[in-house]
Amino acid sequence: MFREIPEAAAWAIVLAPLGSFAIISLASLARSLGLGRSRPPHSAWLTIGAITASLVLSLWALDSVVQADGHAVSFEPHRWVSIAPLEVSIGFRLDGLSAIMLAVVAGVSLSVQVYSQGYMAHDPGYSRYFAFMSLFTGAMLGLVAASNLLQLFVFWELVGLCSYLLIGFWFQRDAARRAATKAFLVTRLGDLGLLSALLLIWRETGELDIGAIQEAALTGAIGSGVLAFFAGGVFAGAAGKSAQFPLHVWLPDAMEGPTPVSALIHAATMVAAGVYLVARLFPLYALSEEALTTVAVIGSVTAVMAGLLGLVMTDIKRVLAYSTISQLGYMMAGLGSLGLAPAIFHLFTHAFFKALLFLGAGSVNHATGTFDMRQMGGLARYMPFTFLFTVVAALALVGIFPLAGFWSKDELLAIAWDERRWVFWALLAGVFLTALYMGRLLFLTFAGTYRGGGGEGHGHPHESPLVMLVPMAALAALSVGVGLVNLGKGMEHLLVGSLPEEGLAVEPHFRWEMAASSVGVGVLGVGVAWLVYGLKVVRAEVIRSVFWPLAAVLERKFFMDDLYEGVIARGLVLRGVAWALQQGDEKGVDGLVNGIGQAVRVIAQRVRMVQAGQVQVYGAAIALGVVVSTVVILLVNP
Amino acid sequence: MLSLLVFLPLAGTALVAVLPRRWEGRARWIALGASLGCLGIALALFAAYDRGGPQFQFVDRHVWLSSDVAPFSVQYALGVDGLSLPLLVLTAFLTVVAVLISWEIGPRPKEYFAWLLVLESSLLGVFSSLDLVLFFLFFELELLPMYFLISIWGTGRRIYSAWKYVFFTFFGSAFMLVGILALGLEAGTFDIRALQEMGPIRQAVLPAPAIFAFLIIGFGIKLPVVPLHTWLPDAHTDAPTAVSVMLAGVLLKMGGYGILRLCISLLPEVARDASLWLGAFAGATILYGALATLMQRDLKRLIAYSSVSHMGYVLLGASALGTVGLVGASMQMFTHGLITGLLFVMVGLVYERTHTRDIGELGGLAARLPYLTVVMVFAGLASLGLPSLAGFVSEATVFLGTFPRHQALAVMGVLGVLLAAAYILWMVQRVFWGEAAPRWQSLQEKVAWWERVPTLALMTVILLVGVYPSPLMDLFEGGIIPIVERLT
Repeated sequence: MFREIPEAAAWAIVLAPLGSFAIISLASLARSLGLGRSRPPHSAWLTIGAITASLVLSLWALDSVVQADGHAVSFEPHRWVSIAPLEVSIGFRLDGLSAIMLAVVAGVSLSVQVYSQGYMAHDPGYSRYFAFMSLFTGAMLGLVAASNLLQLFVFWELVGLCSYLLIGFWFQRDAARRAATKAFLVTRLGDLGLLSALLLIWRETGELDIGAIQEAALTGAIGSGVLAFFAGGVFAGAAGKSAQFPLHVWLPDAMEGPTPVSALIHAATMVAAGVYLVARLFPLYALSEEALTTVAVIGSVTAVMAGLLGLVMTDIKRVLAYSTISQLGYMMAGLGSLGLAPAIFHLFTHAFFKALLFLGAGSVNHATGTFDMRQMGGLARYMPFTFLFTVVAALALVGIFPLAGFWSKDELLAIAWDERRWVFWALLAGVFLTALYMGRLLFLTFAGTYRGGGGEGHGHPHESPLVMLVPMAALAALSVGVGLVNLGKGMEHLLVGSLPEEGLAVEPHFRWEMAASSVGVGVLGVGVAWLVYGLKVVRAEVIRSVFWPLAAVLERKFFMDDLYEGVIARGLVLRGVAWALQQGDEKGVDGLVNGIGQAVRVIAQRVRMVQAGQVQVYGAAIALGVVVSTVVILLVNP
Repeated sequence: MLSLLVFLPLAGTALVAVLPRRWEGRARWIALGASLGCLGIALALFAAYDRGGPQFQFVDRHVWLSSDVAPFSVQYALGVDGLSLPLLVLTAFLTVVAVLISWEIGPRPKEYFAWLLVLESSLLGVFSSLDLVLFFLFFELELLPMYFLISIWGTGRRIYSAWKYVFFTFFGSAFMLVGILALGLEAGTFDIRALQEMGPIRQAVLPAPAIFAFLIIGFGIKLPVVPLHTWLPDAHTDAPTAVSVMLAGVLLKMGGYGILRLCISLLPEVARDASLWLGAFAGATILYGALATLMQRDLKRLIAYSSVSHMGYVLLGASALGTVGLVGASMQMFTHGLITGLLFVMVGLVYERTHTRDIGELGGLAARLPYLTVVMVFAGLASLGLPSLAGFVSEATVFLGTFPRHQALAVMGVLGVLLAAAYILWMVQRVFWGEAAPRWQSLQEKVAWWERVPTLALMTVILLVGVYPSPLMDLFEGGIIPIVERLT
């Protein structure tokens, strides 16, 4: 018996994890006051329970959307703030796009939380970890559900906050604290654009409600220049969150957090937010050719650039980080080519296999005590399940038939072929790069002989416990099968069906030759990796020495970090402008004032000599002031 | 009722003053009682204020100076509207915080608490005066306790800083007094309500723009506006913790309140012409303050400079001269009082344990001082405008209000938010995260009740206002609408 989801249940999707965060925080506070005993495992169970509830309700919401007319369920918004003419309401926007995202976020988060119980078991910050994870999930769900741009921005920033707190979770580590600050600041740089865009659209339309803005754009009430600026500003914010060039620099460093956090950040929360935001406002992009082209260019550049960088990293998580950046570039390029459904479909499949890859990397780290692939090798023998799951995820990422990534990547390539041929070639090059770096990762980690791991106690690597393997198995099964959900175009109809107007998004057409060529290129890439890192026909060092200028540039990450930290932050802002102002403030403005102050103090001392005592000085000063003022008045108006 | 509120702290002062020396330790209980009483009355007024009623309520009015020969009259008149009532609540609340945080102030507690209560009376008087002369008297009365509090219980170059503060304020007050006298003499009354109803003043003993400029100089020093801000870092840094809290939390708001209540409300035509100038100074204050903050090595100085930047938002919102901007400016006064108050409290608590404020010497405190770290990070996040906390609500409102009128300046304000994130997070990174240096390894965190209560209370209010701001915003809106009506 089908029943449409009521509003209270929909809100519970968001509120359950937020409630779990609040309860864990209050319990910690009570403990610090000496009330109650410390029971960390309860925080994990609470988090898992809350997110399970979110998942179940999300599936109900998804089902309701599938059944509903126009693939959307509408709820009345609630007034939050109103000062005429400003009206901000909060509402729950439930349509195809948000329903799919809710389910993905809750699902991936749930598996990550279960896994975390094992991974974080002995960490002293256990409760804090689950509190932040609850808040992270809740904030992301809130972002997805938001019906109003300001409401979305609130959760958007909360997602950023949680990534800050979780990247810097091990706050004693120097690298972690730097990475956390960097992540927050770089994404906030992008938010500058988002907030400006929000102000612009409010001035132009007097609306912050997403539906109302889309309607205004579709009826032509917004000028094309404004629309382009708005879409560009929003995209700056999205590029920050989704680590698009040139704001991608925070994501590779973000692996300083616990590995399950990376899994969550890279799969379902945080980086997905940017792609989601562009998709959420897709009708506005579809109306602005300039904005659309920007998105396509940035997406394509990011896809190729990050793929190249993935080739030279020695840290397994950094390879995966650049892989995420590259795949997010695919999604953006897809959106920029009017492919709403393929981009979201790829976001959907990518969530599962990328989460799995990170959980695999965490499992490997659990066994070897390192993330450095140069110290791994031969792990397939010691950790057969981890190996199997990682291979499945890697091949899904490369896009090998019939795994999940094949279906979504193929749709992206197809739409690029139809809409923007140059995007197609960039993405196809990206497929080769993806295959190459994933092949390299697999061979370095799992093939050959074990190279000792990271220090004491890791001489004999072992398979991870069941609590970590079970969620990995679930994600592996999804990585295999989840690509089939769109076989009947079900997801596409859900997404396109909930757009406000027909004909905004383009539908991809499946072509055998396209599918064959992408799989071929993928196999070729893995093959090359096999030759170099498996069979060692050519040694990697030799290749490096032949292409040394490229390798040098790649290893310095295109000098992007040097540019931001060295030149802009340290050089221009701190040593330049702020330093000059500081000097001016102390020596110029304050110096002048102190000069006057000096004179006054001399006078004051004279007065004190006569009257002795500071209260009297004050009284005299007041009297003097009144006299001066009276004189001024008399002078001006005799 | 309002008179009771304003003079209750002075009664406390009197009681403390007659306290025998051997009961000196009980002065703090008297101070706490008086400040809690004020908070209770202020909250009662907040609850009892009729939002649909007349603009000024709870009016106490008596003729004070009036004669047939003088062309003007002065009255003792107190009353509150939607603009001043929240500021009264803020003052009463932060005074309780200040009393608690000074619980173990050290030398001469009797005099200390006596002056603190005088300070509260003067502040409450400023926000509830309906007569310009009375307003000015309260405005000046505040200098006396501030001078003694900084110069006796301060640190560092406290005498210098106290004098600098007095000098700057006095300098501004001279201008302000001229402006007030010019207004009052022209109108024949110093009654703010009467002045409001008179319609715009174009030509008094001085031209209206000159009056406006005089008033702006007076209030601009208090707010402060760059380049009149240099007293602030010194006064804050050398003042005792509780006085920094009052200074940042409430005293700066006298400037903002004056601009809204006198400059914009009484001289709307000049304000319209000066809108761009006000905005430009606001933008300069925001960016200049934020950039200067980036360079600070002293924890307290850093918060002080960030205060300069944040007060720029008040002027920015005011410069837009629309309902949204003005409500944003008032909200910013309120939220900045809470947030920066909390930041100064925390700096004081950290200093008491480490005896240094040098950011370079501190580091890795999170492992040793977990509670203080949590609160400080919370306050920092509120200060950098994290949504769901109070600062975001007011800043976003200021931006939304300003953008339609001064597009570029609003974007400068948004840039200030980015810089705020930079200086706050770098500070947190250097002071709290990382490995603790050997000298901090033995730090023990014991948080006394009088430290815990005010921090928890401030955090709760910051969160409440951030999540559900409309009760407060609606009240402010009620106070702002009459001002905006005069502008159009």
